[in-house]
Order: sequence, then structure tokens, then C-alpha cells
Amino acid sequence: MILGMHAPDGFLNPGTAVVTGIISLVVVGFALRQSREQLKDKAIPLAGVTAAFIFAAQMFNFPVAAGTTGHLLGGALAAILLGPSVGIIVVTIVVVVQALAFADGGLTALGYNVLNMAIIPAAGGFAVFRLLRRVFPQNAGGVIGSTGVAAWASVVMAAIAFSIQWLFGASAPVPFDTVFGSMVGVHALIGIGEGIISALAVGAVLASRPDLVYGARDLDRTQLAEAKVGTRAFVIGGVLVALVFAAVVSQFAVDNPDGLERVAEDTGFIDSGEDHSLADFIFADYATAGVSNEALSLAIAGIVGTIVTLLVAYGLFAGMRESRGRDPASV
Amino acid sequence: MGSGHGHALYVHEHSFIHRMAPQAKLLAAIGMVASVAITPREALWAFGIYAVAVAGLFVASRVRLRYLFVRLLAVAPFVLFAFFIPFIASGEKVELGPFNVSVEGLWGAWNILIKATLGASVSILLTSTTEIPDIFRGLAALRIPALFISIATFMIRYLELIIDELGRMRIAMTSRGYDPRWIAQARPIATSAGAMFVRSYERGERVHSAMLSRGFTGEMPIFKQTEPTPAQWAVVSMFVATFVAIATTALVVT
Repeated sequence: MILGMHAPDGFLNPGTAVVTGIISLVVVGFALRQSREQLKDKAIPLAGVTAAFIFAAQMFNFPVAAGTTGHLLGGALAAILLGPSVGIIVVTIVVVVQALAFADGGLTALGYNVLNMAIIPAAGGFAVFRLLRRVFPQNAGGVIGSTGVAAWASVVMAAIAFSIQWLFGASAPVPFDTVFGSMVGVHALIGIGEGIISALAVGAVLASRPDLVYGARDLDRTQLAEAKVGTRAFVIGGVLVALVFAAVVSQFAVDNPDGLERVAEDTGFIDSGEDHSLADFIFADYATAGVSNEALSLAIAGIVGTIVTLLVAYGLFAGMRESRGRDPASV
Repeated sequence: MGSGHGHALYVHEHSFIHRMAPQAKLLAAIGMVASVAITPREALWAFGIYAVAVAGLFVASRVRLRYLFVRLLAVAPFVLFAFFIPFIASGEKVELGPFNVSVEGLWGAWNILIKATLGASVSILLTSTTEIPDIFRGLAALRIPALFISIATFMIRYLELIIDELGRMRIAMTSRGYDPRWIAQARPIATSAGAMFVRSYERGERVHSAMLSRGFTGEMPIFKQTEPTPAQWAVVSMFVATFVAIATTALVVT
């Protein structure tokens, strides 16, 4: 829905745009430095052509059901194929060029667009992938399964990140509960497509050029050839889990119709446009307006926000540790 | 995006905006859009002035306004989202025809609509008057890291090639009678995406060795820079200063 496209100018308030912009700049700068060590001069044509691949993949529709189509976001896929730091750079370049050269996405929205569409899916998706690789069997099936779940999780994490940014930078009084429930719920479903396509795509690469899959560099050819994937069982299980997750999360969106009525009588809230103190300028109080249990929402936002942040950080540093330890030319 | 040679949105015309140095144009676009973004939504007069100024720039650029409207449809999905806000938002309600909508929600919707439209218009003006290589030259002049720009340049250079290749795979699939409609049939699509990645990567390797054989040392050649003329700086500063002044006034007044 919303993440599939690029947010325009004015979608979140200026303070959020600036803060997310600074975070994105720092992370992309860090990833640039890291990948320069990792790839040397080979980075330029390789990253360029794979960026074109991700750009094209985002325009490449896949069927969802009976004529409706979705498209790949590609953040987790890029990170698993190329490593988290190169993955972040590649997808960031796609998002930035789409804004600057194709007028797709607002210039002042670049901070949160890069964060939500490049950094979080790539680093967060890679973190989930790495954690799952430890649990799943050490063969092609394990890599493909981890890719599927990680790609699904990358879309959900991006939706969570957007909801939390809405908590700080809402431009309209839509409560956090509603945004969180509908964004995360919808993307838990959309993510199924992302997961299946990413997993099968990585499977196809493993079948022909396993040496190109960064996330499977620790496996040799005999391990990769060892087990076939139980695709069907895996897909059915994954879809069921995602459906349950989506159903639970979307309860947030609908649990509290009375809250809206209650706040309608609270006329003091309506004049909030009057005062322009710095605090209001940076942190809109819209997102918690009309939420009956503000503490619970904030707790959920805090917990999931921390988890996403930790995963993104883990993905970033995991990539660095691996690239230091191994032969950079093999990427 | 089907219009040929990597300058997808570029409209060939002759105007002072087309001739302007790209770094000046980029700074102007960013300054204008940032001013719009910080303007409080209640300052209707400010948005009126912005709209007139942007429309004036379009007239001066000789890009037809019809082109602007067609391109603006790209932000339509967000317009749709904004349209829902008054219905799901909280706060005081008003009767609007048969509907009971939220006042704050209406303001929120207006805020997103006007800022998205103005911001997208400025972006469209930038892309329709600047060829993509010039945008990268402008970014280089603005000290964006060379590695970033080099990768982006390669991406643009190979983008249409790869899109065409994906299209040919699609045609090959449909011409053999396979037209998947459900996600359970996604395997061929995903497999072609995987195959496409291998092809892209191997193309990247071939390009890299071709570059090495032509003396590539790891540094991309420096772009030929065009410095903005004093007149261009004057126009850009005037526009940005006006926008910033309007935004500041609007912030103080409301």
C-alpha cells in the first residue's frame, strides 16, 4: 500500500523529515565506507548494474490473486545477495534516483523514504536472515527458507517503522493504533508475496551461481546440493503464520471506535493548531489523540521500535564482521 | 518510462531553466520544497503564492502544463490516502454533504494534498528541464560522494537494458501460453528474477573487466562541470529567498 510507493512531501512533519534524514545520511555514509573496503573498484559497475536490477524488479509485477498484482521492494533480497552494506547502498541509490530523476517521492521526504524503503528492509531483513540461518539446516533449503521469512519480516519492519514515525510526525489526527494496525496488518499480507518471490529468486541464483549469494558464502557446493526444499510445506506454513499475525495486529485498528466519539467532545484538543512551540513542531501529538489506552500504544511502539532498531544495527554490524573476516574478492 | 535514452521525463525545450547549471537548479528545488514543507497548513495565502510561482516557472520553462498534470497522477495513490483521512481521523466533526467528517482530518488531508502537489510539481519541473547526466553533474558539484554518483550513473545506463530484458522474458513466457494469475504460480516469475540477477551481475563483471582493459584505475573520470553564471545565482537566490520569506512569515503569523 503506502510503502510500495514513495511518500510525497509533507506526509510527515518537518521535524521527523529532518531527524530521519540525519539517521539515513549517517547509516548510508557508514555503509559507503564499509563497502569501499569490501568491494574495491569492482563496486562501481557491479553495484550499478545490480541497482538497475533492483530498480527493474520494483517495476516488475507479480500476480497476487486473480488479476491483482504487487511488486517487489527488494531490500532484503539485495542485502542477502550482496551483503547488508552494499545492499543498503544499492537500494538507497534506487530510492534517491527515483526522487531526483523520476520525480517519484518528495525531496523533503527522502529521509524517511530512504530509511523505510532501503535501510530498514536491507539491514533488518539481513539480520533476520542471519539469525534464521543458525536455526535452519545448513543447506540450500535453509538459505531459501531464511530468505523467505527475512523478506517477509523486512516488509513488516518497514511498516512498523513508518507507524512509529507517524507517532512522532503525524500530519493528521489518525491515532497510532489505527495506523499501526492497518499498516502492519496490510503489510503482513503484502509481505507474503515479497517473501515467496525473494526466496524463489535466491533459490534460482543458488541453482546456477551459488557463489553470487553473499548470504550463503559459508556453504560449499556439496552442502548446497544436499537437500531439496520442501517448498510447498514451507509456503503453506509461512502463509498461515503471516495470516495469523496480520489478523492479530489489525485488531489495533478496530478495537476502539468509542475513543473517537469521546475525543470529539474534548474540544480543547482542537485548538492544538494554535500553539507552535518547538515541541509541537518536532513531535506532533496527533498520533496518540483518540487512543483510549495511550500507555499501551506507547509501550507497543517502544518495544517494537527497539526490536527493529536492534535488528537493523545487528544487520549493519554483522555485515562488517563478515566482510572483515573473508576474502573481499569473493563477493 | 518508455521514452528512449535514459532521460525519461526530460522535455526538450529551450528556456533559461533548461540552460541553468544543474547544481543551481537542485539547490533551488530543495529550497523551494523545504519552504513549502515547513509552511503551516493554515496559511492558505502562502500556498496560493507558491502555486502561482511554480506555475510561473512552468510557463517560463515552456514545458506544457498538460504534461505537469499527467505526471502529477503519479502521486494519485497518496491523494487517495489523504481522501480517507477526514473519515478515519478523530476530533470535532462537521457535516459535509451526507458525510460526518473530522475537522482536524480535513486539515490533515489538505496539508498532505497541497504539499505533495507542490513538491511533486517542483520535482517534475526539475526532471523535465534537466537531463539525468546533468542531475548527476549537479550532485557531484554539491559534493555528493563520487562512489554514490558513479554507481547511480551505471544504474541509469543499464536500467533500460535490464527492463527490456525482463520484458522479453515476460513475452517469452506469455507467448508460450503461460499467464500466471495467482501467487501460487509465482515460481516462474521469481525464477526469471533470479536468472535476471545472475545475468545483471555477470554483465557487471564483464563491464568491469572491459573497463580494466581500457585503463580503469578505480576512479571514475571527473565530470565536466558547468559553473552557474551570476545571473543564474541571482534568479535562484531570489526564488529561494522569496519562498523562505513566505514560509517564515506564515510561521510567525499563524
